[in-house]
Amino acid sequence: MDRSQDWNWNSGKRIIAEFGKWEEAFDWVEEPYVSPDGDKIAAVVKTGEMEFSVCVNGSAWENTFDKVWYVRFAPDGRLTAIVSDTGAWTLAIDGNAWEETFDYIWDTRFTPDGQTIVCNAQQGMQYLLVKNGAPWGEATFANIGHTAVSPDGSRLAAVVQTEDFNEGDIFKFQEGCYTVAINGHAWERNFVNAWETSFSANNQHVATEVRLSLYDYTIAVDGKIWSATYPSVWKPVFNPRDTTVTAPVKSAGAWILACDGRPLWTNKYAQLWHHMYSPDGDKIAAIAAPKFGRWTMAVDDQPWSVTFGDFVSEAVFSPDGQRLACIGVDHKKHRIVVDGKPWSGDYDLAWQPVFSPDGQHVAARVEKDGLFSVVVDDQPLKESYRRCWDPVFSPDNQHLLVRALEGQGADTVYTRTVLPLSEILG
Amino acid sequence: MNDATAVETKQIYDKGIEEGAARLTPEKIKQVYQQMMSAEAGARLKTYVQNCVSCGLCSEACHFYLSYDRDPRFSPAGKVRQTMAELMKKKGAVSVEFMKKTSEIASTECNLCKRCAQYCPFGLDVAFVMLFVRRLCHKLGISPQYIQDTAHSHSVTGNQMWVKEDEWVDSLQWQEEEAQEEIENLRIPVEKEGAEIFYSVIGPEPKFRAQLIYQAAVIFNAAGLNWTMPATPGWDNSDMAMYTGDNEIMARIKRMHFETAMRLKVKRVVMGECGHAFRSIYDVGNRALGWRMPPVEVSHSIEFFYELLRDDKIKIAEKYKPTVTIHDPCNVVRGRGLHDMLRYVVHAICENVVEMHPNREHNYCCSAGGGVINCGPPWKMKRVNGNKVKAQQLFAAKSRGAETCVAPCHNCHGGLEDIIHHNEIGMDLKFLGDIIYEVMEKPERV
Amino acid sequence: MHAIYNFVSGPLAWVAFILFFGGILYQLISRAMLARKKDHYVYEYWSFFYALRSIAHWIFPFASTNSRNRPVLTIVTFVFHICIFVAPLFLFAHVSLIYEAFGISWWFMPDGVADILTLLVIGACIFFLVRRLVQPDVKYLSTPTDFILLGLVAAPFVTGYWAYHQWPGNEFMTILHMFSAEVLLVAIPFTKLNHMFLFFFTRGYMGSEFGGVRFARDW
Ligand code: HEM
Ligand code: HEM
Ligand code: SF4
Ligand code: SF4
Repeated sequence: MDRSQDWNWNSGKRIIAEFGKWEEAFDWVEEPYVSPDGDKIAAVVKTGEMEFSVCVNGSAWENTFDKVWYVRFAPDGRLTAIVSDTGAWTLAIDGNAWEETFDYIWDTRFTPDGQTIVCNAQQGMQYLLVKNGAPWGEATFANIGHTAVSPDGSRLAAVVQTEDFNEGDIFKFQEGCYTVAINGHAWERNFVNAWETSFSANNQHVATEVRLSLYDYTIAVDGKIWSATYPSVWKPVFNPRDTTVTAPVKSAGAWILACDGRPLWTNKYAQLWHHMYSPDGDKIAAIAAPKFGRWTMAVDDQPWSVTFGDFVSEAVFSPDGQRLACIGVDHKKHRIVVDGKPWSGDYDLAWQPVFSPDGQHVAARVEKDGLFSVVVDDQPLKESYRRCWDPVFSPDNQHLLVRALEGQGADTVYTRTVLPLSEILG
Repeated sequence: MNDATAVETKQIYDKGIEEGAARLTPEKIKQVYQQMMSAEAGARLKTYVQNCVSCGLCSEACHFYLSYDRDPRFSPAGKVRQTMAELMKKKGAVSVEFMKKTSEIASTECNLCKRCAQYCPFGLDVAFVMLFVRRLCHKLGISPQYIQDTAHSHSVTGNQMWVKEDEWVDSLQWQEEEAQEEIENLRIPVEKEGAEIFYSVIGPEPKFRAQLIYQAAVIFNAAGLNWTMPATPGWDNSDMAMYTGDNEIMARIKRMHFETAMRLKVKRVVMGECGHAFRSIYDVGNRALGWRMPPVEVSHSIEFFYELLRDDKIKIAEKYKPTVTIHDPCNVVRGRGLHDMLRYVVHAICENVVEMHPNREHNYCCSAGGGVINCGPPWKMKRVNGNKVKAQQLFAAKSRGAETCVAPCHNCHGGLEDIIHHNEIGMDLKFLGDIIYEVMEKPERV
Repeated sequence: MHAIYNFVSGPLAWVAFILFFGGILYQLISRAMLARKKDHYVYEYWSFFYALRSIAHWIFPFASTNSRNRPVLTIVTFVFHICIFVAPLFLFAHVSLIYEAFGISWWFMPDGVADILTLLVIGACIFFLVRRLVQPDVKYLSTPTDFILLGLVAAPFVTGYWAYHQWPGNEFMTILHMFSAEVLLVAIPFTKLNHMFLFFFTRGYMGSEFGGVRFARDW
């Protein structure tokens, strides 16, 4: 759910916090995180001897903890951090810890609306998922991983170990000791391995990559496997329009895209992964290596002509599905690529490009020679920053929100700037 | 026949090989062999096996051959002759017994160190052939138990030692706390996006050698570097799947590693003092995924320490006193030419250095590498006795005063430790990090 | 006898040379194609600079560590390989045969020198043979093929020498000479004697990997 219409979109710069001064107030200040709307900046700080908290816009949470880490803003703006007190771990939201504690928790995840917060947890050497502070059910497992949360947050999936075996018992392992559990209920069938897992758009179905023996890989959907097996597979994804499943699979030494166990794409790739549907489900794009050592995007089995030697990452469709952007890296130089055309600027680092709601503009955070900036439609902002975060377009496509740290040392300030696009591109 | 050879010829029981073989039939062997030959055997394999002119020029390259009294079965070409050449001659029509021996030879009698490729006039790559044989054994399910278990661990946890996700982060936080007692406010930054360096280690570090993470943290903090370690699988750079021939799992875990680096937006991966992991992320694993070279720059600790010392990022309070000798780990020396940097570092931190010979890229392997030490206790004495030449080198260095051996590689450490112990050489063994930590100027707080 | 002579020196010689050159081409092309399909790393990592650098270190005696470790073998191998090329190529009898057939000719050496080169090759073959029988690792590695090939290589030199010196039965020996030479020519592309041309690729590839990726010497 996009809340950006409620944010302040009046042009101008505001200093939100004198971040540089925090170092004077606290003995220890970690790297900062900022809220989606840019109104808050937060960092782990040390408030006393072995006493930690999170400082938000200059004042620390009242509650302090033995340890605080993994500070993350939820999409709805709530601030979370993993905290511990006398060895008991839990999640604190805006300073208030969940009542339930665990022997360990980690890997905080959010649904897009921010309403559901999920962590992996360990309690008495048994593993489970925790949703909004409560265990996902009675069941606990010997190990857990590859957590997935359904889009509405109603269902949680994870790969779990369902059979015990001793270290070194290779034959027991090969019989299959892992499967997927949904809301704590494990599938009946075990696998040698199960890895990355996806939910369908309607939250009802789960697909995962599995290994049936040491040699045969396939996709399991709701616990049932495809009829074909492959020498290897990557993460399956549901078509948002229906419940068909696609996955990159290896076949005769090359990668192709398969759908429900049958080849979908005909081109063969040296590598093919991170495939994704356009929001309407019309198109499929994937990061692909059409030949060894050259990387690009393939859209509906058509690779772009431009290729990169290091890697391609961070692909994203425009909201209307008509455009596609990614990062391409060659000889360590990062470039933003939109619809197969690389921008002219190259950078030491570039983050995932951001489309305007109407899909007409693309912006991205970049870093060069230790300075950060934002590029919009291949046009860098005049200013550069000590650090900045991903830019956000206003719902009316007219403005851009820039969240940045400016200044040096103790004079470092955190600013929230709304820039009219006309000014940037003008 | 001396006792070393006696140990070697004694039948060694390995559950993985034996129980795996019990499920095999000659038909199955032939079928898997033929399938693999048609799918994977190419011009290199064919040429490496068939073009050997049996000249024996590679024999003396191999520490196994030299250590087992020049028993020709341990010559590099001899290992090919007993395994792949025979398989090819018989087109896979071999007995189960034969495959057991083949698995043993490929997995426990060759460290894939590639020294022989430097001695064969044609540059025939025996290590390549042995790896192909190991993959065949993997497909037949007759890999040695311990290393197979490690490959299983990789497949589940992404690391070598069945370290669970919480145990990993927990051990980082524990090391951070420990180090804070020595250096106030020292931090091990976990999941710090945009840090300059992703420091990656191998599975045994959190499990058995946590002090190495501690020491690295002290070095990073003293040098004032912007670094991080991930909280997710992908933190481990090690790779035993590479050595069992399970290329699919190898690719999977290397993908995790590189994608972790990309996700953290680091400029480069600096890895701890491990050789085989370097080979995996610099040479073998990246290729298996379609990357000509690693997508993100990777540096071994040797190179990293070299830069720190060259640029005066860390200062040495007082050089290490005991005389040291240097063991060159194959995978970063023959595999990446770091021998000069290694010497720069050792000379910068130690007062007295004596060399072993042959050295640099012509070094003898430690006999633990290539997954051999990971084949576990059953094969330990075979490996230790298979490296008497290393023991002789160490003795010679000791006679010239060496009290400590520097070995910047985990497997080398394991291997040399056993060699030193078994032969009662009486020498200390250290990582570069151990010595740097000991002799550097440490801040009281950061 | 004359009919056999004509056959061996005529059609059979043609066949031998065609198979020799054709075989080399076939081997190179088929391997290149196989490598394209299954060993694309060879193409990916091939570097002419590093390949030539490595080849040079292995072609010149004493340029590689291992050749320095074994000086006697190095000298014998070097002399052997030089002689098996120089002796037949610049032999008066061969050059004049070619001149008679095709009208082209080139420099040839005095027969006395050719004699010496021939004896050197025969001597080297005996050395190799003894080495194969005496040195345990080489003995262990040797297969019947290795002995046969050694014999095949030695045969034209022995028979040629015999024929040239007009020893008893030299007419027969001349035929045997031509025949054995033809067998050798055909054997080169189809046995491990094809190292004559594959050497440059195996060494070159290893040199490329060591030079371009591993930054270490492979000699
Ligand atoms: C098929 C092609 C060949 C033909 C027709 C041929 C013919 C001859 C003839 C006519 C002679 C002189 C014998 C005499 O004086 O009675 C000779 C000598 C010789 N040939 Fe060939 N030859 C051939 C190929 C070869 C090859 C391939 C080699 C070596 C690899 C070789 C090595 C020699 C040697 C070493 C001598 C004796 C030189 C000496 O001792 O003076 N020949 N050959
Ligand atoms: C440019 C071409 C050639 C190169 C670079 C080359 C190189 C080599 C090398 C490096 C060896 C390794 C063993 C040693 O050093 O003794 C060898 C052995 C050998 N070569 Fe060649 N060779 C070439 C051409 C030939 C030809 C044309 C023949 C035969 C007609 C031949 C016959 C042999 C034989 C028989 C051996 C084995 C010696 C033994 O028994 O140990 N080579 N060659
Ligand atoms: S251990 Fe090293 S030298 Fe010996 S055969 Fe294996 S790769 Fe060659
Ligand atoms: S040196 Fe090369 S050609 Fe000679 S025996 Fe060894 S592998 Fe074979």
